[in-house]
Amino acid sequence: MTGSRTTRILGSTLLLGAVLLFFLAFVATEPDTRIDAASGDTIGQFDAVRLMYVHVPSAIVAYTAFFVTAVGSVMVLLRRSVWWDIVAGASAEIGTVAAALTLITGSIWAKPIWNTFWRWDDVRLMTTLVLFMLSLGYLAVRRLEGTAEGRAVRSAVVGLLLIVNVIVVNRSVEWWASETLHQQSTIADVEIEDLTLFTFMYSIFFGVALYVWMLIHRFRVGWLERQFERFGLDDALAARRAEADDHPTVDAAIDSSGGNS
Amino acid sequence: MTVLSLVDAVVLLGRFPALSGASLHVAAGESVLLQGPNGAGKSTLLRLCAGLLPLESGSAEVLGHNLVDDRQRVRPKVGFVGHRTMLYDDLTVAENLRFWGRLAKVDDALTDAAARRLRIDDRLQGVLVRQLSAGQRRRVALAVAAARQPQLWLLDEPHAGLDQAGRDIVDDVVRDATEAGACVLIASHELDRVRPIVQRQVTVAGGLVREEVADAA
Amino acid sequence: MLRDVGLIANKDLRAELRSRVALNQIVPFALLILVLFGFALDADSTTLATFTPGLYWVAIVLSALLAVHRSVELEAGDGASDALLLTGVTPVAVFLGKALALLAELWLLAFFLLGGVLVLYQPPVADLPLLIATILVAVIGIAAAGTLYGALISGQRARETVLPILLLPVLAPVVIGASRAFADAMATVATNGWAWLALLGAFGGSYLVIGSYSYGLVLEDFS
Repeated sequence: MTGSRTTRILGSTLLLGAVLLFFLAFVATEPDTRIDAASGDTIGQFDAVRLMYVHVPSAIVAYTAFFVTAVGSVMVLLRRSVWWDIVAGASAEIGTVAAALTLITGSIWAKPIWNTFWRWDDVRLMTTLVLFMLSLGYLAVRRLEGTAEGRAVRSAVVGLLLIVNVIVVNRSVEWWASETLHQQSTIADVEIEDLTLFTFMYSIFFGVALYVWMLIHRFRVGWLERQFERFGLDDALAARRAEADDHPTVDAAIDSSGGNS
Repeated sequence: MTVLSLVDAVVLLGRFPALSGASLHVAAGESVLLQGPNGAGKSTLLRLCAGLLPLESGSAEVLGHNLVDDRQRVRPKVGFVGHRTMLYDDLTVAENLRFWGRLAKVDDALTDAAARRLRIDDRLQGVLVRQLSAGQRRRVALAVAAARQPQLWLLDEPHAGLDQAGRDIVDDVVRDATEAGACVLIASHELDRVRPIVQRQVTVAGGLVREEVADAA
Repeated sequence: MLRDVGLIANKDLRAELRSRVALNQIVPFALLILVLFGFALDADSTTLATFTPGLYWVAIVLSALLAVHRSVELEAGDGASDALLLTGVTPVAVFLGKALALLAELWLLAFFLLGGVLVLYQPPVADLPLLIATILVAVIGIAAAGTLYGALISGQRARETVLPILLLPVLAPVVIGASRAFADAMATVATNGWAWLALLGAFGGSYLVIGSYSYGLVLEDFS
């Protein structure tokens, strides 16, 4: 078990919080509609707006998670910190899932609103996509064979570059597309009902809290994995030393040909 | 003066303790034979002393450098020849010798002298390493190490796969080194061959080092 | 240190020249990609000319994967990475030397392939200096990033499969920037190609710096 009193309380609260989020997102809030001043038509995002309660928190969690990974990577490189290595890895795993969720919900939302699943000229879309692909590379590096220390350093180099790469991609796509379909400030622009705004803010808070909760658990699993690696060491050492007693008369036991260990 | 001193050295290869608390002290000018069964930890011990493996626990000092935090400084000072000859297949013998010599800041004249000492003649110099026999490769690898005039030689099965002439050359290299005051650690199964050229022998088994009674002839 | 860089670059190029892998496998592979694009796009000469910038750089990046792989394999054989550590050479020199050798190979490949697209796809050439400058600058980034990420996966059993997923997303900005610069030089899109060149230069420069710093960390791990 990786739970503790605090995380169980946090977990239970999050479960209740999820129920509340579902209620707010699907029942309590109205679809996004407003009257266009010029034509008098009813416009807006209608029910698709409800996807924003998942999409935006996922995006925020994804970028936060990889920021944490980058910080962890710096700490690994500076101090060879095992603690930060595990945090960086745990955070990246959650971040990858969050990035995927962001892309998926974004695509579903975009179909009715932009009339397309995918836009190549959108900066945030492209940046998140490349972030997702880079994160798959990072996770692949974490799974490479080798010593724990070596893996930590290698992942840290990749983890740090991941953020650098994301920034470069972001800049180059922005330059490339020089336009974005994302309204920079949907919230300020449009008159959003109080409850919708609250649900929106609440969903972000919920997403970040969920991230923290998962991070703690994933960290503990990672920590236990490390402990487990150390755990067998004493037994392995004893077994290894016992080998020495099996060969009391080494001279007799060896033939003079053949390779070595 | 102690050239090499290991105290309870533990080295992990993955999760396997290849060395499980090895202790060994070698004084200046001493040559030591490491004997022991396959998988005993002889190669790991040599690689540790070359500064190529991290120490898990215990302490280790080689040529005045602590292996825990100063491994980099040990490496250029040792003459390590392992199972792998560490040469580039697509370069000729001469190109390999020049490359490794110059990269290690060794004078070309010393490299040439080492090559002569190991009977690497002009014909062999022009051959691609991938076309060499195992014995010839070993000789080139020994020449690369010899050119650096190391204070500590770490030889892993130097005789394996060599013909009679090749074996004699290896013995010469070891004798030269000891005469010049260098230390030599040889891991070998060919006890009769190596005993005459070393002062001491130890047994490696189960990742530990045991001193043998001084019966080396 | 410059001498060491030269030694290592020279060694890599010499080995590459001997083995002829670049000539016999990587160049034909790159040409094959160009031909396949031709088949895939229905030999429509207008389409091919329009999309030459993108197709060209995709071909370069894919071929570069093979070249990076070769550069890594050179050190993986017979414990050469241990031997490099044993010489006491500074990792910065190893990184710069290997990157330099890779750069020379990729430059040659890129110019050869430029000839290929000019003949096969026949795009208009409006600004030849820009084309040449783009190749010179963009390939620096590919070589530097390739050398660093190549070292990260060296010695791994899964290296053939990990390298593409690691390196291709990293090279995305190079593909974007170099294609744009090419598009300007080939007058297919109105954009400021020289500005994109600056981005490519920044990318290459950063990777040279980052690689120099982190190569030692990565190399140490293979001891």
